[in-house]
Amino acid sequence: MSPAAEPRAAEEVRLLVVDGEHGGSSAHNAGSLPELLEPGDLVVVNDAATLPATLPARDAHGAFVELRLVSALDAPAGSVAFRAALLGAGDHRTRTEDRPAPPPVTVGDILLVGDELTARVLAVASFSDRLVDVTLGMPGPADPAAVWAALYRLGKPVQYAHVPRPLALWDVQNVWAGRPWAVEMPSAGRALRIGTLLALRRRRVEIATVTHAAGLSATGDPAIDARLPFPERFEVPEATARAILRTRARGGRVVAVGTSVTRALESAAARSGEGRLRAAAGTTDLLLGPGTRLVVVDALLTGVHESDTTHFQLLGAFADRAVLEAALTTAEQEGFLGHELGDTWLVWRGRLRGASSATFAA
Amino acid sequence: MEIWNKGVLVTGASRGLGLELSRALVRSGAKVVMVARGAKDLDAAVRVVRDDAATANLGGEAHGLAFDVGDKEAIHRISGAAAAIVSPIEIVVHAASSLGPAPMPLLMDTDCEDLQRVLAVNLVGPFRLTKVLAGPMVLRQRGLVLFISSDAAVSAYAGWGSYGVSKAAQDHLARSFAAELDPVRFFAVDPGEMDTKMHADAMPDADPATLARPADVAAQLLRLIAQAATLTNGARLVAADFAGGGR
Repeated sequence: MSPAAEPRAAEEVRLLVVDGEHGGSSAHNAGSLPELLEPGDLVVVNDAATLPATLPARDAHGAFVELRLVSALDAPAGSVAFRAALLGAGDHRTRTEDRPAPPPVTVGDILLVGDELTARVLAVASFSDRLVDVTLGMPGPADPAAVWAALYRLGKPVQYAHVPRPLALWDVQNVWAGRPWAVEMPSAGRALRIGTLLALRRRRVEIATVTHAAGLSATGDPAIDARLPFPERFEVPEATARAILRTRARGGRVVAVGTSVTRALESAAARSGEGRLRAAAGTTDLLLGPGTRLVVVDALLTGVHESDTTHFQLLGAFADRAVLEAALTTAEQEGFLGHELGDTWLVWRGRLRGASSATFAA
Repeated sequence: MEIWNKGVLVTGASRGLGLELSRALVRSGAKVVMVARGAKDLDAAVRVVRDDAATANLGGEAHGLAFDVGDKEAIHRISGAAAAIVSPIEIVVHAASSLGPAPMPLLMDTDCEDLQRVLAVNLVGPFRLTKVLAGPMVLRQRGLVLFISSDAAVSAYAGWGSYGVSKAAQDHLARSFAAELDPVRFFAVDPGEMDTKMHADAMPDADPATLARPADVAAQLLRLIAQAATLTNGARLVAADFAGGGR
């Protein structure tokens, strides 16, 4: 499947509906999502905005080092701290694994981003000296607004070699994006526009949100990449927990827009115990894959990826590999494009793999 | 709409109505992100508002982000940094405004580039920023966006052409967003003639005693915000109608 190498307008995005129970699939435009759902269903989106998580910097000797933000760290009030991966010379046009190693850093080093923004190294990971915790600072009295303004002025979206054109922040935000938690775009939302949301509501499909800090796909350092994805911060608000219980009570189905939403909802369910879904917030290391017991999400809207990718693997939580491979063949025949800027599929979970409605019967 | 503890973003916040409105909001306990082009003036404005908030003691906060709303690249920088500090942003006030060159030329004598710059700041900027900040409001089915308008949006005066055109279009931006996104609320508000630097630039000979004080107009806007749920969505409003107390 050819990858999409450019951001595309939402109306161009295609959608393959995959029946995970009986097999079979059908191709649509993503804009027809409302007609593909039923009144009473619930669509859950990730409202995380995408950070400009690539920060070009220099060490004390003037050597280039790229800070690639991994996740926000708890920091004292008034300061801003992140875990970050370090990459050597070059930019997104070089494959991450081909980038040279960054200059060595130790605790206490100060990296300079632009002319003023500093990243002071607080800690270095035990398994790789290319993974560090940093606190960001600006000259003058401590002012998070000044730090965030500098971060947004100097940072660029994370992107990879298969998309050569430099992406702007405009290219990596969902139309509903709010809290800047994600370091890579929760890209399943690309298929939906404000018009789609309003059409869903007119069809009496409910919409709810989670926030999930979608993480990095790769850093180029084998020691780091072997541990990805790292635990990710998430929040399932009370209103969303209630919307899910309401949806179950009326016999509706829960559709997750993106794997990040699935991870957040299923993590909340795992913490709630049997019988009742509750609001939840924290970090999750839940991984999806064949054998994952799903108790909330009935269908996943997500990007189409090749069968040898980890992304394809995690769809095993929703359908048998044979069903997914047949659907992938159909997608290729239909001319679907792959990768995070590509087309999408909506995979309905096979009924045999879990007993969601029993678990959350209201 | 309640103001206490709400996240608010105000553009044009380093002086005039933008500054006084930020001050009034923070005094009422709102968490306000103040946006303006010039970092130095903005820093001073944020300090003034913070000092004032300390005496009110309602937990209000002021934060400054120095960006130009007329610059497309600045839009997600503003929205992202604002949401990192104060989330969610539930009220947006577009008070940034450009008159174009002073003294204000006739429309026929206006350079095409000057018209473009006025439209970039007064129309395209607010469109872009609303497009980004109203998305989460559509999800929540709640939120308020105010566009600061002018008498020049409805009446034509010699020399006010590019400004008036931008404000008339901005009024219609409010109406159009309201038609599409109700129950999220959008209003254009005419603040009346105020004693501001912008007014002095436009009409240097005006007698300040005949002009409204920006602080009084800010108080009117706070009353308007409090009543937002009862007003016709998309309406063009006059701030003086919210003067309160038997005027």
